[in-house]
Amino acid sequence: MALRGAIVVDTEKCKGCSVCLVNCPTNTIALAKEVNSKGYNYAYMANPESCTGCSNCATVCPDTCITVYRVKV
Amino acid sequence: MDVKDIIKPENKVYSKTSVLTDNVMHYCPGCSHGTVHKLIAEVIDEMGIQDKTIGISPVGCSVFAYNYLDIDWQQAAHGRAPALATATARLFPDKYVFTYQGDGDLASIGTAEIMHACNRGENIVVIFINNAIYGMTGGQMAPTTLMGMKTATSPYGRCEELHGKPLKITELISQLEGTCYVTRQSVQSAAAARKTKRAIRKAFENCSQKKGTSFVEVVSACNSGWKLSPVKANEWMVENMFPNYPLGDLKDR
Ligand SMILES: Cc1ncc(C[n+]2csc(CCOP(=O)(O)OP(=O)(O)O)c2C)c(N)n1
Ligand code: SF4
Ligand code: SF4
Repeated sequence: MALRGAIVVDTEKCKGCSVCLVNCPTNTIALAKEVNSKGYNYAYMANPESCTGCSNCATVCPDTCITVYRVKV
Repeated sequence: MDVKDIIKPENKVYSKTSVLTDNVMHYCPGCSHGTVHKLIAEVIDEMGIQDKTIGISPVGCSVFAYNYLDIDWQQAAHGRAPALATATARLFPDKYVFTYQGDGDLASIGTAEIMHACNRGENIVVIFINNAIYGMTGGQMAPTTLMGMKTATSPYGRCEELHGKPLKITELISQLEGTCYVTRQSVQSAAAARKTKRAIRKAFENCSQKKGTSFVEVVSACNSGWKLSPVKANEWMVENMFPNYPLGDLKDR
């Protein structure tokens, strides 16, 4: 049984600090080339198929911008 | 499986607690303050004590903490949060009263208040954010600034002859009879943040058991003050702060 996950980033709240990105064990997250209205390159799921829904990213996010979903497949 | 089939309410495993308001935090990107606020909010949520918790915010970057946690707050004069917390906890013995203080606030201007509140064993929780610098005012040296560390007021680095050695205030506080729980934690990784959350939970539980003062230091990063990126600041913290401020429980009784 495998776990598949997905994250939803509040891109307007994200400040692009990258703390989530370095805490993701599966290299799922990257910073977008685009910026939000404050000029920050926000985090997004660059490799959606690798997310396991472990919630590490959301746990360390200082601005609590990440919601995590997980399913057993 | 398609991402849109995963993103469904029934599959949600982590989302923002409603104890955190929807306000966007004013903190710099990657600042530890935000992470610690979130952990406190989650503990309050999980313990179901939102209407029984009173926070005392300090002077420092976290002066506006009251904008982010949907609980009752007071805001103290610089360093005086433990005095306000003393009054509040004595007037409302059934509430959970905590102070939230930086190292400038707690270990410099507020040394007298924290020492005596902890010595009296006031039934409060103290959350101590040690980022080794005065963040709010532009990165001046703090009592906890590391040896050799360059700050706005120690441009050649902290030196023993001029400034003395870093003040290990948490070690001092662990010696005081009034404290029941003294611990040092951090939030740079998910594992560290989860441990810190457990420590905060224990501190609040001690409060309901009227065990005295619980003191939770969080070794933190001020990336703006340290002039590093958020990720580099966390790395610098692990490398340089942890040897000076080792993590773990100093006291638990
Ligand atoms: C009585 C008084 N003295 C000095 C100041 C200036 N001041 C504001 S914040 C601060 C230091 C804050 O540093 P710290 O407690 O480490 O918190 P941080 O900003 O790093 O989170 C100082 C000295 C003040 N506001 N009031
Ligand atoms: S939930 Fe885990 S695997 Fe998925 S993006 Fe976040 S840290 Fe990476
Ligand atoms: S100055 Fe430092 S402590 Fe203050 S918000 Fe910025 S990073 Fe955080």
